[in-house]
Amino acid sequence: MAEPMRIRATMAGDVADVKVLMNHPMETGLRKDAKTGQLVPALFITTVTASINGASVLNSGFGTGISKNPYLGFKVKGAKAGDKVVVNWTDNSGDKNTAEATIG
Amino acid sequence: MNALRRNVLKGAAGAGTVAVAVAAGLLKPTLAMAVAPRSAFDTKNLADAMSGLGSAPADSKDIVVKAPDIAENGAVVPVEVISSIPGTTSIAIIAEKNTTPLVAQFDLMGGTEGFISTRIKMGSTALVRAVVTAGGKNYTTAKEVKVTIGGCGG
Amino acid sequence: MKQKIITNLLTGMVGVGIALGAATAHATPEADRQALTKYFTEKYPNIKVDDYVFGALAFDPDSMSQYKAIMEFPPYEADIDKGRKLWETPFKNGKTYADCLPNGGKQIAGNYPMFDDAKGKVVTLHDAINACRTANGEEAYKVSDMKTMGLLTAYMRTLSDGMLMNIKVEGPKATEAYEDGKKSFFSRAGQLNFACSSCHVQNAGNRLRSELISPAIGQAVHWPVFRGGDNLVTLQSRYEGCYKSVRAISAPQGGDKLNNLEYFHSSLSNGLPMKASVFRK
Repeated sequence: MAEPMRIRATMAGDVADVKVLMNHPMETGLRKDAKTGQLVPALFITTVTASINGASVLNSGFGTGISKNPYLGFKVKGAKAGDKVVVNWTDNSGDKNTAEATIG
Repeated sequence: MNALRRNVLKGAAGAGTVAVAVAAGLLKPTLAMAVAPRSAFDTKNLADAMSGLGSAPADSKDIVVKAPDIAENGAVVPVEVISSIPGTTSIAIIAEKNTTPLVAQFDLMGGTEGFISTRIKMGSTALVRAVVTAGGKNYTTAKEVKVTIGGCGG
Repeated sequence: MKQKIITNLLTGMVGVGIALGAATAHATPEADRQALTKYFTEKYPNIKVDDYVFGALAFDPDSMSQYKAIMEFPPYEADIDKGRKLWETPFKNGKTYADCLPNGGKQIAGNYPMFDDAKGKVVTLHDAINACRTANGEEAYKVSDMKTMGLLTAYMRTLSDGMLMNIKVEGPKATEAYEDGKKSFFSRAGQLNFACSSCHVQNAGNRLRSELISPAIGQAVHWPVFRGGDNLVTLQSRYEGCYKSVRAISAPQGGDKLNNLEYFHSSLSNGLPMKASVFRK
């Protein structure tokens, strides 16, 4: 899935409020294709990491239970406007995606 | 595991509050710093998913699971976990009746607060459980979310 | 005489103070809208008319808070981007939609449907888009195709966000089309024998099984919707879906029947702000 991630990062006091919208079908492997009747193979993001100015702030594992087009919000104390947020994901097929944003 | 420690140590080399927070998080660098093994995410057994998160959690009133009473659509249920337990290093979300109950686990470091907001899939009415790791111990709170099958969607 | 009998049989009309046909020689679409508004606000004095744009959500805080959480960062943003690409890509002759639609396509959705006196029929926004396409050498889109007209309007309609619904019914032929739409709205259909008004007038705010029913006023402003965050549905697709739900065979999308229904139905929401591409369950 090469569709770009969207990141919104703003300061609220001394806390950076980071919101990420990823593009991914998050197929559980349990769904049947309406046309073929066959099970759609599992295809889902398995890890998401985030860093601010190169320092890790989030390291996560996803199961199939996260919704399609995953949304993630987290808050980082001590970050500043102008800092660079980078988010990476990997899925169970080995596909990867990365995006970055500057905290506004 | 080693790569993660390297990242954490790199963070500690940074200036100011971020480094201090990271250093504080390093006090118990065991399960607190590692995301649960893949088997915990793949298992259909709730007890196995829970044990993949470490020691059995104690109930805590300092965790809020913000989720709807009745999900509008089980495919996209907004869930927020807010932990006010000091030194929160990890938040996991479990939907107890999902085929694979462990939905996600988030290791928080470098100043990240005990807060996670996401959207989850739920197959049926169940408890949405948060397991929070803080100071090397696990804590938990759950909220029931009802999932109905709509009548009118056209 | 026959007209009078038909008038009284139409579902839910008598209780609301709306009438059909000859009886409306002295009434107007605006009077209809006001009568219906009065009906709803008397039934639900605690719900603001402004909030009717949220439909059933206005009646249920738990649902409303889920809507707000998802609308903060809608999961279908990539689909709207696809629509944007369709909108901005020039036709083979180099022209764009902005060249042939009024005001470059911005802040116009609330004027549709409108009655086209030259054509002698109701024209919806989708019809206007197709007229633009064919005038520039492109094939018209199928209005029921979510991959083309659906995605295009999922973006294009957002250019009219905030605009107040502004349906005009002027002249005898326009009034005839409006009355035809009104008749559809208040007529029972299907094996379940429900009219639109059975649910959305008589039972607005009540539950049909687990579903909270929205009032007819405020419905037409918020389309298309993304059901469950990813299933794109336009207003006329929803009409078709509703007819299927009462086990009726729906008139075709883009035909006169549903266009006239949309004309009447949109007029009920005059004065309320449009907002396209919203989340629904």
